[in-house]
Amino acid sequence: MADPLLYLSLIAYFGATALWLGFFVAQRESLCRWGAWAMGLGLAPHSLALILRAGAYGHFPAATLGDTLLVLDWALVAAFLFLNWRHPIKVLGALAAPLAALMVCGALILPAGQGPASPLLNSVWLAVHIVLALLGYAALTLAFLGGIFYLVQERQLKGKKFGSFFYRRLPSLEQLDALNYWCLTIGFPLFTLGIIAGSLYAQHALGRLWSWDPKEVLTLIAWLFYAVLLHERLVAGWRGRRAALLSICGFLVLVVAFVGANLWFSSYHSFESFIRQP
Amino acid sequence: MNLLLMGVNHKTAPVALREKLAAFIPDPEEAYRVLKAYPELSELILYTTCNRVEMLCVTEAVPEAESRLKAFFARDPEIASALEESLYVRRDQDAVQHLFRVAASLDSMVVGEPQVLGQIKEAYRQATSQNATGPIMNRLLHKSFSVAKRVRRETGIGDAAVSVSYAAVSLGKKIFGSLAGKNVLLLGAGEMAELALEHLRGQGVAQIVIANRTLDRGVRLAERFRGEAVSLEELDTQLLAVDILISSTGAPEYLLTRDQVKAAMRRRKQRPLFLIDIAVPRDLDPGINDLDNVYLYNIDDLQEVVAQGWEHRHKEAGKAERLVAAETLKFLEWLETLEVFPTIIDLKEKADRICEAEIDKTLKQLGPLTEEQRQALEVLTHSIAQKLLHDPIIFLKRNHHPKKIQKELDLVRRLFNLDPDRAEDAAVLEDKEPRKPSDKS
Repeated sequence: MADPLLYLSLIAYFGATALWLGFFVAQRESLCRWGAWAMGLGLAPHSLALILRAGAYGHFPAATLGDTLLVLDWALVAAFLFLNWRHPIKVLGALAAPLAALMVCGALILPAGQGPASPLLNSVWLAVHIVLALLGYAALTLAFLGGIFYLVQERQLKGKKFGSFFYRRLPSLEQLDALNYWCLTIGFPLFTLGIIAGSLYAQHALGRLWSWDPKEVLTLIAWLFYAVLLHERLVAGWRGRRAALLSICGFLVLVVAFVGANLWFSSYHSFESFIRQP
Repeated sequence: MNLLLMGVNHKTAPVALREKLAAFIPDPEEAYRVLKAYPELSELILYTTCNRVEMLCVTEAVPEAESRLKAFFARDPEIASALEESLYVRRDQDAVQHLFRVAASLDSMVVGEPQVLGQIKEAYRQATSQNATGPIMNRLLHKSFSVAKRVRRETGIGDAAVSVSYAAVSLGKKIFGSLAGKNVLLLGAGEMAELALEHLRGQGVAQIVIANRTLDRGVRLAERFRGEAVSLEELDTQLLAVDILISSTGAPEYLLTRDQVKAAMRRRKQRPLFLIDIAVPRDLDPGINDLDNVYLYNIDDLQEVVAQGWEHRHKEAGKAERLVAAETLKFLEWLETLEVFPTIIDLKEKADRICEAEIDKTLKQLGPLTEEQRQALEVLTHSIAQKLLHDPIIFLKRNHHPKKIQKELDLVRRLFNLDPDRAEDAAVLEDKEPRKPSDKS
């Protein structure tokens, strides 16, 4: 029931990818408008699929990596569209759209939730924890993508490659740095609130705020990266290359926390533990 | 009816000759008075731009018109012999294409420079005020303006910087996005720095500070740009407030070292700093470029931006040439319709289209009709249209003024709106050229 919808949004995201990449190469204004529409068009069946899954499972669809990836992707597309509306940095779509498409692919390949879920998942608090954290992830992902562009454009400017493909197409450093700041100031509080909501729920459900399991530790490391970056940005005026690099590092730790912690370690936070094998 | 274009430009004639030719036309009124007296020239326009003097006319007698124009150009015996080699003549399709290329700035010395279109518009205004143009020339010029607009809009011909001073602006835009509100510091008051300052001011920079060894000249320049003059000793404090620094002093050693800038960056909280060193020998330590958020460019770098800009423009010019070629063919097609029979056919076709559309509409409203009723309705509609068109068609066929046939045809075509794309071409002339300064060239 949910899968045909996901294929629809997959097609839309791949369409958006083609449009944004076309815009990036050919620099035709109309292509990026169509690209944004295609993303929006993909988001509708994507949302519907999530609602249907939640209905079918009877809990928030975050029990498996595939399901959670789908929620994260939803947050990413929504955050991208919001950013595109408020602070359009058009070329960002050329990275965000393929990422969105690949994440749907991943969600379709990975097994969806089967079998009874752990009672831990049956709580509004948990949904709040996941949604806040994933919205934070989405904003920080955009900061990461902007950081990549920043490093590339900075290389062109410092290396004096004035006629290069990227020099012409990428926006100014100031705009890319502003994107980093903007995503950070939105993503970091969401991320923090997500962690707090999770702790409170853990206190309520497990009787302890913090369990030092691998996912928690890695997330804390990523959180520290971002906390340092935000603090130094505000106090010492860290910006530009250093901010871009830290955003990229923080993001990589987040990816390890999100995916790796489930694959390599096993703890109460990993996805296997959410589903009891029959 | 033929089109004939004659002139000299920067490729065929040295500037001295172009100047002399242009000097003949200080007074367009007089020039048009002389030219209009020639019966061979039924419509004409005369334009001089920075790099060319050209005349374009509509004529029925090409050889006579050609010798008239040549004689007009060679009125001064002094230049008659030099002209022989420099004058070029283009006819019909080539003439149309040539005008389109000139208006679209493809024939300019600085390809893509925006001024030439304004100059041709001005020349066209003069020509119309002297009643020298007619239906063909009007359409041709309007078309050339819309072609030029399309070229500017659809190709990147005017995008890249092709001068050193504008290269500085385009680099600044890649760093800051917009230069509005940025503070500029000028070290030394050289000519090139002044030019760059002119461009920067066009971008809306906030504060301009000039530090010169001789305060006197600095003060004078500061007055001109409504800036502030300071002494070179204040460099370290100035470095805290400035965003863009242009250095062009004759100092033998570095004015600014890496350590100085490094210290300043810390105190500036890493706000980006854009440094341009156009002095030889250099004023700014090249090691400064290694610092984060500091971007240092010297004169060679700016030349490189210019070289890239040229490459880009030439590539875009290729696209523009294709566009011009297509529009030339379209214009020639229209020119062919400016004959009696094509116009009559267009008129009848238009009437038929209207009749069909109206019959369809009415039939839908009336509901079911018998075949006879339907036929009667069709006959009625078509005969009204035919009766209405009868007199205009007779008027066209009789051709009372053989010399003004184009004028009549043009009037009829406009009266019945037989060239719907015409309105947009005319609209192009109305809107004033956006006041873009000459910054891109």
